[in-house]
Amino acid sequence: MKEKPDVLQGTLALMVLKTLDVLGPQHGWGIARRIEQISGDLLAVNQGTLYPLLLKLEHEGSIASEWGASENNRRARFYRLTGAGRKQLQTETSEWEQTAAIIARFFKVKAGDLT
Amino acid sequence: MKVLRRFFIRLSNLVTGRSADQRLREEIAEHLALQTEENLRAGMSPTEARRQAAIKLGAAEAIRQDHHAEQSLPFFENLLFDLRYALRMLVRSPGFSLIAIATIALGIGATTAIYSVIDATLLHPLPYPKPSELVRIEANLTGVGAHGVGISIPELRDLQNSGIFQNVSLCFFGSENVTGGSQPTHIAGATVSPSYFAVLGVDAALGRTFDPHDATPGPNLEVVISDGLWKRAFGADPRILGKSLRLDNDLFYVVGVMPPGFRDQGQTSEERGTELWAADGFSSDPPPVRGTRQPYVTVARLQPGLSLEAAQGHLDALVASLKKEYPADYPPQAAWTIHLTPLAETLVGNVRQSLVLLSGAVGLVLLISCVNVANLLLTRASARGREMAVRQALGAPRTRLIRQLLTESLLLFVLGGVTGFAVLFGARKFVLQFIPESLPRFNEISISWGVLAFAIIVSVAAGIIFGLAPAWLTSRRNLTATIGQDGRGSSGSRQRSRLRHVLVISELAISLVLMVAAGLLLRSFWDLFRVPLGFNPSRVVAIETTLPNPNDPKTDIYHTAAQEAVLLREVFRRNLTLPGVEETAVSDRAALPLGHGQGDLRPRPLIREGEDAQNRQPPLIDTSTVSPEYFHVLGMTLLRGRLFVDQDLEDTPSVAVINQAAARTYWPNQDPVGKHVHVRSRSDKPEWTTIVGVIADARTESLADTGIPELYLDIYQRPAKFLAFYLRGQVYPAAILAQERTQIQAVDPELPVFRAETLDDALSSSLSVRRFSMEMVALFAGTALLLAGLGIYGTISYVVNEQRREIAIRLALGAQRRDILKIVLRQGLILAAAGAGAGLVGAFIVSHLMAGLLYGVSPYDLSTFAGVTAVLTAVAIAASYVPALRAMRVDPMTTLHSE
Repeated sequence: MKEKPDVLQGTLALMVLKTLDVLGPQHGWGIARRIEQISGDLLAVNQGTLYPLLLKLEHEGSIASEWGASENNRRARFYRLTGAGRKQLQTETSEWEQTAAIIARFFKVKAGDLT
Repeated sequence: MKVLRRFFIRLSNLVTGRSADQRLREEIAEHLALQTEENLRAGMSPTEARRQAAIKLGAAEAIRQDHHAEQSLPFFENLLFDLRYALRMLVRSPGFSLIAIATIALGIGATTAIYSVIDATLLHPLPYPKPSELVRIEANLTGVGAHGVGISIPELRDLQNSGIFQNVSLCFFGSENVTGGSQPTHIAGATVSPSYFAVLGVDAALGRTFDPHDATPGPNLEVVISDGLWKRAFGADPRILGKSLRLDNDLFYVVGVMPPGFRDQGQTSEERGTELWAADGFSSDPPPVRGTRQPYVTVARLQPGLSLEAAQGHLDALVASLKKEYPADYPPQAAWTIHLTPLAETLVGNVRQSLVLLSGAVGLVLLISCVNVANLLLTRASARGREMAVRQALGAPRTRLIRQLLTESLLLFVLGGVTGFAVLFGARKFVLQFIPESLPRFNEISISWGVLAFAIIVSVAAGIIFGLAPAWLTSRRNLTATIGQDGRGSSGSRQRSRLRHVLVISELAISLVLMVAAGLLLRSFWDLFRVPLGFNPSRVVAIETTLPNPNDPKTDIYHTAAQEAVLLREVFRRNLTLPGVEETAVSDRAALPLGHGQGDLRPRPLIREGEDAQNRQPPLIDTSTVSPEYFHVLGMTLLRGRLFVDQDLEDTPSVAVINQAAARTYWPNQDPVGKHVHVRSRSDKPEWTTIVGVIADARTESLADTGIPELYLDIYQRPAKFLAFYLRGQVYPAAILAQERTQIQAVDPELPVFRAETLDDALSSSLSVRRFSMEMVALFAGTALLLAGLGIYGTISYVVNEQRREIAIRLALGAQRRDILKIVLRQGLILAAAGAGAGLVGAFIVSHLMAGLLYGVSPYDLSTFAGVTAVLTAVAIAASYVPALRAMRVDPMTTLHSE
């Protein structure tokens, strides 16, 4: 079995925050499916690993959760972004974009460009 | 911030035991349901849909564990688990636990007790701010072998202006008679420069201390009193300031009260217990001359940031330039030098070596008790081999097992440490009795929080150090072999038994070292105790009084020897009427055998007629003043010439008696009787004193020193202020003080009468620090021997137990039971021999280091070394004998059948 890309562990939290930012309050399955849809098969997550991460984010105060009713009118835990989480998302997004831009530029450079 | 928030939430979950498991279960169930529905919509069969949903979710158990680890703090949670398990293990084998905890408690309790003494004395000797700046200044005339000769007022001014010190202060410990109350009292008082408290850096709690810039040449009539005196004598009167106090018939005014915890600096407990300080400029009378040194203690505070070495360097330069400037006052052959000593050093200097020895000894006891427990842990490790193997087989990683075992040993050590501390705390009053009062800062010794922290830190450190090796070895096993063979003959067992032998050998070696140290100290003490004293202390009580010493000699009713003689003769007459008193005498405090404070003895320059005309720097000699009866009451022998007689009076030629050491030192190969000397002192008339007699040397100064030159003057020719009356006969020390007080005060009601002590008591208390360290080291050595005996017993028992099968087979094959006994005893003996060999090497090193504490016995005393080795071997044999007997009684049939 191939290991998941390492980068995933660090960015999964960011994806969760972004998902909640875009979709509003979601239950665990909703978040997992959304991440899967967007990333495609590239990030075939074991969906269960999401739950310890959600708990960690909740402990850190970036998200909050409460019980609610799911689409099928069953009890489900809904997660939503808090103010602190929104701020965290903003800073991390810009940091990420900066890093990505640097890496992208780095890869674009050809040997000839440097002379 | 985020990290902290997360930590606290997890911590509170841990403490409250809140679990998120139920929540996770519900979430996962819902997750699976939603995923299954989607799979169904994608056209899977219901079974397949559920299966795919579960696969997509991942391993539910691992998720639950991760989730739980996030919810709580796994490290602490495991610790709690381990602790709970460790407690259960302790309770399950109570015998083992009790022995281990008691052993540790013994080691840590003893260490903590000694630490509390050292904490107060060596580590915090000076209760003043910035203690490292405080120094004592000592002037020496190394050329004539005189130390601590004091300094003169011009020299003091030189020091003050040198820029080396913030402040320099003189201090003169003495005592004052406080009169005017219902009963004249005598208190320890000091006369100090006005800058004294500025040097120490302590301010008054009430009122003020002296103005450091006060330039009054003589006494400025201000006094500062201690908190204790304020409460005792003045009922803590808040309006005490400005009240007058009659001291030695002079009126003084109280300007300040020191804080309750303040203790004076000083070398004796009496000096440190000073209760009253009077300010004096020390330069009124006679006019200050460079050569007139006064025997004052000089203390100073260095400039901030100046190191002791640098200050000493500046001072040496100053001394050199002064010598050049005043060659007449500092003849080169006297070799005048000034030496700085850290003030803390002067306080503890004389007991430092004893305390270092004690801490070393107690450290060894701690070590031996820890080794013993490590040994017990190892023994238990073999019993738990199967448990460890099973746990390992079930997937416990080795680090996890070590952590578990370490938790167990830590729990043992901390329980032991806390028990030791608790016992010490409970018995603190009892324990403190054994500490000699002459120890510096005796009153500050306490069992405090700092001491508790020390006990716990030591327990934890010991638990980690001595728990690690057994844990390492216990957790290391060959799985299949252990489970298959039920723990016998596994690969770890040989290593364990080797380690166990090393441990026992080191225990034996350490106890041998301690026993040698104790033996040498015991011999020294015994020799000191039996040393020929040269005087007879038995049945003699000394009682002290002090005559007033007013600032103006004209108001002194005991100014001349003739005036004082009236008092002395009347007190003698009355003393002889007391029940049981056969003889009586009087002397100044300097002649009080073994009992006087250091400040009482003022060595005086001894100028010999003819000898020292060209030598301006005469040697110094201990000088005391006694009545003619003194020599007889104390049983000192006259060797040549005569003693003082009643005809020696103030108006007859001055006479002196010296001891043999003085005769030997200053008149070698001559008869000193008839020689003329001049003993200079402040009030002396310049006249020659004739030596009329030589007495045998007596150890009145120190039991350990023989042959200190002494010179005695007649009290009827030289009056003295600090007096000790001697009563020889059948007197009761408890009642005698009141009786004598009645008699003396019948003559002069203004005289305080205090401190009745038999000379036997003085003798024994002069040995108190020695006795204390001897008793302690002996106690520690005994403990160490006991522990080492237990250690060897345990090891041999274990070996016998392990070899039961072998012994049974030997017996079955026809071996004699005596042979079995021999085999086992031989194993014990080999251990003992190895231990003794290692111990002797250590003992040689240690005894070499403690040579300074010994008296009359060589540090390599053969009989001590041999005796101690014999004792150790005997104990080792006795300790292996019991298991050897057990081995001898092994029944081959039952043993072989049972296994």
